[in-house]
Amino acid sequence: MFDLVQLIILFPLLGFIGIGVLGKYLKSEKVIGIIGSSTVGISFIISVILFFHIISTGLAKPYIVDVFTWIATGDFSVKVSYQVDQLSILFSLIVTGVGFLIHVYSIGYMHGDRSFARFFSYLNLFIFMMLNLVLASNYLLTFLGWEGVGLASYLLIGFWYDRKFPGVRITWTGDAGNKAFIVNRIGDFGFLIAMFLIFANFGTLSYTEVQDIAYLGKSIYFDTGLITAITLLLFLGCTGKSAQLPLAVWLPDAMAGPTPVSALIHAATMVTAGIFLIARNSVLFSLAPITMEVVLIVGVITAFWAATIGITQNDIKKVLAYSTVSQLGFMFAALGAGAFVAGVFHVMTHAFFKGLLFLGAGSVIHGMHEEQNIKKMGNLAKYMPTTYKTFLLASLAIAGVPLFSGFFSKDAILWAVYNDGGFIWWLILTIAAFFTAFYMFRLVYLVFHGKERFDHHKLHPHESPKVITVPLAVLAFLSVFGGFLGIPYVFGFWFSHHPNALENFLMPIFAKSNNILGVPLEHELHAIEYLFIAIAIAVALIGIKVAINYYSDDKLLRPRRIAEKFKAAFDLSLNKYYLDEIYFYLIVDPIVNGSRSFLWKKFDVGVVDGIVNGSATVVQKISETLRRIQTGIAQNYALLMIAGIAAILAWVVSSF
Amino acid sequence: MANEIIKELSLGFPIFFISAMGILLVIFDAITGKNKIINYIFAIAILSITICSAGWILFSQYYNEANNLVIHPISMGMLAYNGYAYIFDVIFGIAALLTIIAAREYNERAEFEYKEFYSLVVLATSGMMMIAHSADLLLMFIGIEFMSITFYVLAGYFRKRVTSVEAALKYFLLGAFASGFLLYGIALIYGATGTLTFQTISQKITAQDYNNLYLILGITLVFIGLSFKIAAFPFHQWAPDVYHGAPTVISGFLSTAGKAAAIFALILIGKNIMFVAIRTLDSNHIITLQNILAVLSAATMLVGNITAIAQNNVKRMLAYSSVAHAGYMLMGIVANTPDGWAGASFYAAVYVFMQIGSFAIVANLEDKDGEYLDFSHYSGLYKTRPFIAAMMVVFLLSLAGIPPFAGFFGKYYIFKTAIDAGYLWLTIVGIVSSLISVYFYLRLLIYIYFREATEQILDTSEPRAAGFTLLISAALTVLLGIFPSYLIELLLYLR
Repeated sequence: MFDLVQLIILFPLLGFIGIGVLGKYLKSEKVIGIIGSSTVGISFIISVILFFHIISTGLAKPYIVDVFTWIATGDFSVKVSYQVDQLSILFSLIVTGVGFLIHVYSIGYMHGDRSFARFFSYLNLFIFMMLNLVLASNYLLTFLGWEGVGLASYLLIGFWYDRKFPGVRITWTGDAGNKAFIVNRIGDFGFLIAMFLIFANFGTLSYTEVQDIAYLGKSIYFDTGLITAITLLLFLGCTGKSAQLPLAVWLPDAMAGPTPVSALIHAATMVTAGIFLIARNSVLFSLAPITMEVVLIVGVITAFWAATIGITQNDIKKVLAYSTVSQLGFMFAALGAGAFVAGVFHVMTHAFFKGLLFLGAGSVIHGMHEEQNIKKMGNLAKYMPTTYKTFLLASLAIAGVPLFSGFFSKDAILWAVYNDGGFIWWLILTIAAFFTAFYMFRLVYLVFHGKERFDHHKLHPHESPKVITVPLAVLAFLSVFGGFLGIPYVFGFWFSHHPNALENFLMPIFAKSNNILGVPLEHELHAIEYLFIAIAIAVALIGIKVAINYYSDDKLLRPRRIAEKFKAAFDLSLNKYYLDEIYFYLIVDPIVNGSRSFLWKKFDVGVVDGIVNGSATVVQKISETLRRIQTGIAQNYALLMIAGIAAILAWVVSSF
Repeated sequence: MANEIIKELSLGFPIFFISAMGILLVIFDAITGKNKIINYIFAIAILSITICSAGWILFSQYYNEANNLVIHPISMGMLAYNGYAYIFDVIFGIAALLTIIAAREYNERAEFEYKEFYSLVVLATSGMMMIAHSADLLLMFIGIEFMSITFYVLAGYFRKRVTSVEAALKYFLLGAFASGFLLYGIALIYGATGTLTFQTISQKITAQDYNNLYLILGITLVFIGLSFKIAAFPFHQWAPDVYHGAPTVISGFLSTAGKAAAIFALILIGKNIMFVAIRTLDSNHIITLQNILAVLSAATMLVGNITAIAQNNVKRMLAYSSVAHAGYMLMGIVANTPDGWAGASFYAAVYVFMQIGSFAIVANLEDKDGEYLDFSHYSGLYKTRPFIAAMMVVFLLSLAGIPPFAGFFGKYYIFKTAIDAGYLWLTIVGIVSSLISVYFYLRLLIYIYFREATEQILDTSEPRAAGFTLLISAALTVLLGIFPSYLIELLLYLR
């Protein structure tokens, strides 16, 4: 039964190859769209079947499906094999489920695009790679998926390659794709080294074996430099892919891609790969208290940092991008606090409401004819009722209004952070939650309410077609009710058992790490928890109320006054804390200039070819006598060789 | 006796055949008038037969290691017939074949097709195979020189083009300089041990019957000479100029097969001398040598990749990146374990395919005067030349080391062996430098996929026969990435 997992992977691959090769000949958008969506749809159905099969059989140990042996060399062997367990199937459900809806949505959104087939083949490639990432049974295969989703993301960010896209040292979409890829490579560096260390010390790359060895030797490994190094390096990889500080800078620029891409890759699925990786390695992480502390702090700071930027941005997608970075920070904070289930829970609810917000934004952009500046919108509720309603529901969910999905997951995180990290981190995170409610309703009011700030003669906003609004409605339903899967125990009296449905489901995955961390099975009730929930609710409602007060005024007097009063802070937020500029100044420029001016110009051309215009002979006029050039250069090259030989011989002789 | 002669003739068939046919081809050139296609086909046939015979000997296990214990009647112990040699025979043969297939239309376009081109490539290949089969330092040296001399001629093959002649002369002058060191090193090893065959050298070292100072100095000088041939820092500066100036298909051949041959020579030294010597009393000198190689390898990777960032010319970018790749291969020699040799050989094989493929694409887009090589000329290639663009994606991603292409696995395996050998810092340098390299490979991809064509490339004909070169190289790059274990296991098994 579980061998069906191979089919989950296979169908998107077939879609990618099929559409990629035949796309040129398939003239009809409908056919391409149906093929592209149905491959993901089939994968979703299989995931659902496996999901229920797991529930009915109560799978206690991961089931490994070997496909073929990738590498086998004596002591080192890696198989292409997939691991069916609660965690991988949950992620597979999110990826294929949300992925399917976004594919359907894309049929409408990308209608008329000249590269319709290319778009769908890339999307299928992405799903294929993402499934490899989450279903892999070893680090190397996950790494393959990890790189693969990066590649697909790169291709899709630069998809509209003829469009301009402004940013720090970025002029068009291709630059944005490049930035995303390169920043991610820094994270990959960490992942790779971690993988080498794991293999060198555990002798295997299989998840189950590594976790078993680490768990059995927990008293030896606990808080050792080795485990700390491995987990910190893995976390470096996570900060790249999941856009956490210090590598968060690429995600907002990734908004250069088409909106469905932003929804699928840069909100719902790919960026949660970091959370997946930590959850997958929960045993290793729980053995490294220092790393857990780092994860918690990075998560909290990123959540706060991005939320404060979100309140000043004027591009609808950028607001959502910073919101994503901030929400990912919440998830990492949960993981760092040892609340793995809460982190995964928030991944799920976030996939619903953030996917929905992006798709709603796409619908708005579509209806407004590619306008993304929220200062040029207003009163769109009148023209786009379905989009408005669903967007509003998602905003309520992310703001943390009671009974919506985001409320439950955020509450679980805040409580865990207080319990593990202490009051300060809880406070910062709560402030971030306040800003979240604020910027979301700032967005809602500027876009859907108030005066129409666009030119009526040129623009005729309209509701999007059914193929766009139906996926919105489905996601809206999930955003509202998805939270009931993981109701915290505090509400257990009224709604849920302990442990709740999600905890129960994920129990086999996190049993070992919970054991190490000493998480009690029975959850005691604290009065203070109710107090905190009350505070969280109040914060959400006040945030919403403040935003409504500020932005229901058409002239926006109060926001302007505040901006002037706190100009320095406002500029800091508007310019994203100048992080891009700092990176360019400190890292990128020195390397590029060094290559251009020193290693190439000075060293090769200047020092070595100093006498005559050396490497440039390639473009040199023939009038110069050949002999002079060549002897000149060759002598100089030989000079460096002699210097090198002398140095090497000196080293060798000195060893005697 | 007759039996033994027949046995050796069949064992050595690939190298005897290609050497004899290479000479025949030169004579053939003189008598076949103006018809060039005959030589083209003849060269392809020679190479195909060589590859097939070497492949057959390899897979039927017709050779066996015991062969190397007897003195064969023809070569008198100069030639080795072991598995590694045949693997490299196949690699060199395929590299030459891919080059020749792509070369014809390139030479035609440049209006500079001469018959001797094909015989030169065949002769260079026979020189490389001589290295692969050498059981003796002298034969190794002769093979290297034979290969290098044909390379000098091939680099200057476009004799009307200033850059090409300049490349040849520069290559020749510096190459001769380096050969001096190589030969002097061999002489010192002879002085230290009193023999030139690898087998007796190992025996003498095991018996501790040698002069330590001479031996270490000799190995050092041999390394210096070979470092020049693979273009390692600080002996790399000729490489970008030569690869840039030489005819593009030849640049592909020089920078891949030539480098693989020199890497094989390094493996021979590492395996037969260093690996044995490290087990004797004075192992710390060998460790010093390994550390020197490690520094060279690190510097090569960094210098090659960082300098490549500044290039705006695709051919020159590939030239600098080829310097960097020599650094990765050196890591396998630094580790100097069976794993390391297998890793270096695997990387050499992978590198041959991906680099020849990219040079073949550059050759295809170049106009008859060797222009249209800048990044900007590749703008919008995705639209104008979809097939070439797709092939280029495979090669560039593989060069950048992104899975599932073979370049990733090659790097991965080499990094792993370096860590096993205790060179963690070198691996970190390797990963950092490959991180840097992503920047310029990706930059070219951006031009190809995400920019509108600014300027029409003059000659927009799709590749004809060169398409085979691209397809074969791309297929091998992908297959070796997905099923690397076949080759790696074979290499490990053969030791």
